Amino acid sequence: MKLKLLSAVIGTALTMGVAGASAATLDDVKARGTLKCGVSQGLIGFSNPDEQNNWTGLDVDFCRAVAAAIFGDGKKVEFVPLDATQRFEALKSGEVDVLSRNTTWTMSRDTTGGMTFAGVTYYDGQGFMVKKSLGVDSALKLNGASVCTQTGTTTELNLADYFRANNMTYQVVAFQKNEEVLAAYNEGRCDVYTTDQSGLYAERLKLPDVENHVVLPEIISKEPLGPVVRQNDTQWFNLVRWTYYALLTAEELGVTQANSAEQLASSTNPEVARLLGKEGDFGKGLGVENDWVMKILAATGNYGEIFDRNVGEATKLGIKRGVNSLWKSGGLQYAPPIR
Amino acid sequence: MTQTRNNIAFVRTADAPLLPAPRNMTGVVGWMRENLFPTPLNALASVLIGGFLIWQIWGVIDWALVRGVFFGEDREACITPPREGVQPGACWAFIGAKFHQFIYGFYPFEERWRVDVLAVVFAGLLAALAVPRVPYKLYTGITFVFGLPILAEILLYGGTFGLAAVDTNKWGGLLLTMVVAVSGIVLSLPLGVLLALGRRSEMPIVRYFCIAFIEIWRGVPLITVLFMASIMLPLFLPQGMNTDKMLRIIIGVALFSSAYMAETVRGGLQAIPKGQYEAAKALGLGYWRMTLLIILPQALKIVIPGIVNTFISLFKDTTLVLVVGLFDFLGIIQAGAADQKWVSAETARSGYFVAALVYWAFCFSVSRYSIHMERRLATGHRR
Repeated sequence: MKLKLLSAVIGTALTMGVAGASAATLDDVKARGTLKCGVSQGLIGFSNPDEQNNWTGLDVDFCRAVAAAIFGDGKKVEFVPLDATQRFEALKSGEVDVLSRNTTWTMSRDTTGGMTFAGVTYYDGQGFMVKKSLGVDSALKLNGASVCTQTGTTTELNLADYFRANNMTYQVVAFQKNEEVLAAYNEGRCDVYTTDQSGLYAERLKLPDVENHVVLPEIISKEPLGPVVRQNDTQWFNLVRWTYYALLTAEELGVTQANSAEQLASSTNPEVARLLGKEGDFGKGLGVENDWVMKILAATGNYGEIFDRNVGEATKLGIKRGVNSLWKSGGLQYAPPIR
Repeated sequence: MTQTRNNIAFVRTADAPLLPAPRNMTGVVGWMRENLFPTPLNALASVLIGGFLIWQIWGVIDWALVRGVFFGEDREACITPPREGVQPGACWAFIGAKFHQFIYGFYPFEERWRVDVLAVVFAGLLAALAVPRVPYKLYTGITFVFGLPILAEILLYGGTFGLAAVDTNKWGGLLLTMVVAVSGIVLSLPLGVLLALGRRSEMPIVRYFCIAFIEIWRGVPLITVLFMASIMLPLFLPQGMNTDKMLRIIIGVALFSSAYMAETVRGGLQAIPKGQYEAAKALGLGYWRMTLLIILPQALKIVIPGIVNTFISLFKDTTLVLVVGLFDFLGIIQAGAADQKWVSAETARSGYFVAALVYWAFCFSVSRYSIHMERRLATGHRR
């Protein structure tokens, strides 16, 4: 009886706590004056601190964009570095307002966990890296290759499916730890190294001879990474989601960090006028100022600029846009119209 | 007979001068003969182990110094071979560029003098306490236990006396490791002593409370305590009553290690012969005076190794705070190694090397000091 009573009290406290944290996040954030954004504890190109104590990376810049939409200032973010095991609890308990931490969008996470994914800021998936000297330019030419991978992950299963579906044979060389896989690949114990593509680019930088290795264009699995918010707060969900769409739309319309002011003043394109807040009350509908996109662009630039600055071909990672191109260029990044 | 006596031309009247021992029995050679090569089997073992050690140490020196990269602006320096066909070794340029961050975390650049001042005061007080010849131990001790936390609050946290407030989420690196470890150590020792006394108390409520406290905290992993403190507690507290995360973690760590400390101290209490209690009572001392004047001084002296052991493991356990999103010394090195400006084959390895060196230096000096204390406090019970 006592136990039942105790568990009932704890249960009520839990639900009250969760309810307290999820109601009107936007008002809480505005009252607090900073956005609390959960990021990774150090992931090349996505979130890491630089020497001047600034956080940098694609996930980090998305947080800045959200903060800029709310406050007009991309600096009003408190970055909370989160471990993979505690990230969802941190979001649900209200320790962070938005989780932008290379989290894969899956059905179970979306439907059962009390969370909602707001978009896909980076389409990742399993890829292959080979030595340039092999002369291979497509994963379909890997028949008979030996492949280094980590044991006990879905990576191994995806690999088996892909090779069987394409009628190719392969030999798997599996290891317990990521470092061992890389070392084995470096020592030439296998021809191919497979893991998530963004991971391949990052691991490549740890090889002594970066320029002699190439990441093949094929992606054989779906790992859509995106920001997550708490369920049951539609206003907040909309704000995060449309921040992402605004970044895409700005790139599509050619509005950049540098030319946004000029575009606002001189563009005759009605789509640009709506995006930048010259026409309509689109910002008001989200609960922020109408010039929200101007503020976002001033803080981070559009999606393409964020991508290029943090992971793109000009950076040391050198990731190609590939499936992360806009839909117009044959990629998957697509935003509904702002109208 | 007399003839032979007369024939003696020389009779030694003094002892012959002592010859030095044979050269191969003294000095380095003699020492080696005696200790390294006394038997063929020992000689073989010495050669093998010595050879292995030299090989290993040379490997480290070669990696760290000979092939090490000391200067550079970014990863290019650490991936450029120093000579044709030679792999570059440790990337010290990375450590140099990020060193301030390893020490201060994200503490604002212009406010770092505050951390330095605190570090100097801390080191000064610690030295005054640790060196036996320095007088006024009692006052130093009181300042250390009560004054230092207040000074640390004022300096590190700020917000008073015209100092800008620095939120605890900006703290990191060695600063954070030291704050968590030192406050954990300073809080857990008195708590542990109280719990140990309570567990041996004759009052059932006190005793059962202490037993329950100790067994519950010893029965859960530290990582669970940290999760509880960082994530679950805010769920139970009403909205807006959110205490600082760092504070919650420090309290969690202190309570956790106080349970271990209690059991260590209890071991010392049990080692005190009953006669000591009886003698104290016969002198007319009450419970507290008996405990403070007779029992604890002897018991604590016995368990110095155990207490230091708990301190050392607490110091190293602070690395676990990374899982709740605080960047301690090790965590910030890992995060720094993920900077694409610096990432290379040797970056992370160099970082881990520095981390290991620093943790080892701290733990080893604590351990040496405790051995010194044991010798100093030894009162001749040794057989």
